[in-house]
Amino acid sequence: MTAAPAIEVRGLQKRYGAAIAADAMTFSVAAGEILGVIGRNGAGKTTLVECLATLRRPDAGELRVLGLDPTRDGRALRPRIGVQLQSAALPDRLRLWEALDLFASFHRKRRRSADVLAELGLADSANVAFGDLSGGQKQRAFIALALIHEPEVVLLDELTTGLDPQARRGIWDLVRAMRDRGVTVLLTTHFMEEAERLCDRVAVIRHGRIVALDTPERLVAAAGGCRRVSFRIDTPFDLDGLGTLTPVRRVHRVDGRVVVEGDGDDLAVEIIRTLAASGVRPMDVRTEQSTLEDAFLALTGERLDES
Amino acid sequence: MRGVGKLTWVEMKLFVREPLGAFFTLIFPVVLLLIFGAVFGNHTSGAAGDVGFVDAATPGYVALVIATSGLLSLGINVARYREQGILRRLRVTPLRPGAVLAAQVAALFVVTTIGVGMLLATGRALFGLHCAGTPGPLAAAFAISSATMFALGMALASVAASARAAQAVGMAIFYPMIFLSGAALPRELLPDGIRHAAVVLPLTHVVTLLQAAWSGTPWTTQLSTIAVLGLTTVMASALAVWSFRWE
Repeated sequence: MTAAPAIEVRGLQKRYGAAIAADAMTFSVAAGEILGVIGRNGAGKTTLVECLATLRRPDAGELRVLGLDPTRDGRALRPRIGVQLQSAALPDRLRLWEALDLFASFHRKRRRSADVLAELGLADSANVAFGDLSGGQKQRAFIALALIHEPEVVLLDELTTGLDPQARRGIWDLVRAMRDRGVTVLLTTHFMEEAERLCDRVAVIRHGRIVALDTPERLVAAAGGCRRVSFRIDTPFDLDGLGTLTPVRRVHRVDGRVVVEGDGDDLAVEIIRTLAASGVRPMDVRTEQSTLEDAFLALTGERLDES
Repeated sequence: MRGVGKLTWVEMKLFVREPLGAFFTLIFPVVLLLIFGAVFGNHTSGAAGDVGFVDAATPGYVALVIATSGLLSLGINVARYREQGILRRLRVTPLRPGAVLAAQVAALFVVTTIGVGMLLATGRALFGLHCAGTPGPLAAAFAISSATMFALGMALASVAASARAAQAVGMAIFYPMIFLSGAALPRELLPDGIRHAAVVLPLTHVVTLLQAAWSGTPWTTQLSTIAVLGLTTVMASALAVWSFRWE
């Protein structure tokens, strides 16, 4: 089953004066996939979304969304995509139901506003003016507007910025529900957890370049990610014995704790079994897993949250 | 066209919900009419000579309504829509870009028409407002005047760097213009020097054209006024097209 990709980007190039926003970006998004684009502010995420959303003309490169060129075929493409833009708004005095009604009127194919509102937990806010919605409600409202016409591809730029963790998780559920209906989603984020938990694949971008693109797990693994098991022992024990175990890569002592780095789900079990066989009881056992955050640091040399 | 009618309707509702804009376009000209009408009345031997004051002043108030919605409301609204990203959001819908702006213009034109209707109805009910003109030239004068002011408003929105700038520049042009052009105050009250200098103001020619149509002066005597307004409309539109930005 090799359906045509829903989004294809080949050699996307875009600069604003001296600032490079997209540099030889090449990737594709399979139909029904959630692709996350992660990078610091100014890395080129918004430029990418704007080029795909027909708002900006690339300097060079081939873009295809549902087989259409966003620059040339904008009129054919716009009815088929749903877009949530980072710096976009609606008039403060516009009521939510009016906004949905208005956006629905732009489309031939559309869902019932009441259904979309109910799905996004906004049924009670239909009569509230945009300016009176909370941050989370506003974000959900923009998602509702992006979904009113049953788009095949949805582009979401920083959709959970400014939301509290609970609201953010609510939005993730919505995005997953979209994907489960077969919608292709490209989203940008600068929240590592969002990329890790929500996205099928993640593109890491830095200065307009894609430095890595893979599933979150494989990105972590490729960046040298591993598991770490640490514990204390109060009986003397020759640590070399642990070093010979298959999943173990390295054993060392840090601040009076033994730290074992290795791979695989069985790491902790094997270590404890080996220690127990020698009659040693490890205390205060902790296990940690490298995260996408570590991978991002390794790939870009930058921390995501420093701006 | 799909959605344009709905957007126009929504824009009209939003206009009414913005108390300040609604007041200045719809209520303020009526208030002026009430105040000056109460002071000077509408007798043919009154302050404006052989026509009643209200009959003489009404075309100016019509010009005031047109300038308020065309220049000020349109200019500031479009600049604000751009600044807030509302134009951006509408641009990623199937609505054609031109249609987004056309809906703004259409909504404000309807508002202008309603404002003029309220003004005329008030004048008629309270002061026995009398119009010597015929419908054709009156409609043409209203259309030409609106085209000029709406084009200027669109030029203002395009040139202004921000919504605040559009507001500041718009007010700075609007207030002197309504008093010097004969829109808010009868021209006869102004010193000659100022009256002559006021020919540089587009609204002066709007007032002239509306007064001529109102008093039934043959339109063939107004060719130079029509030419000035036509040229202003073309130049303002060209400036708007040339400098317009969506964000």
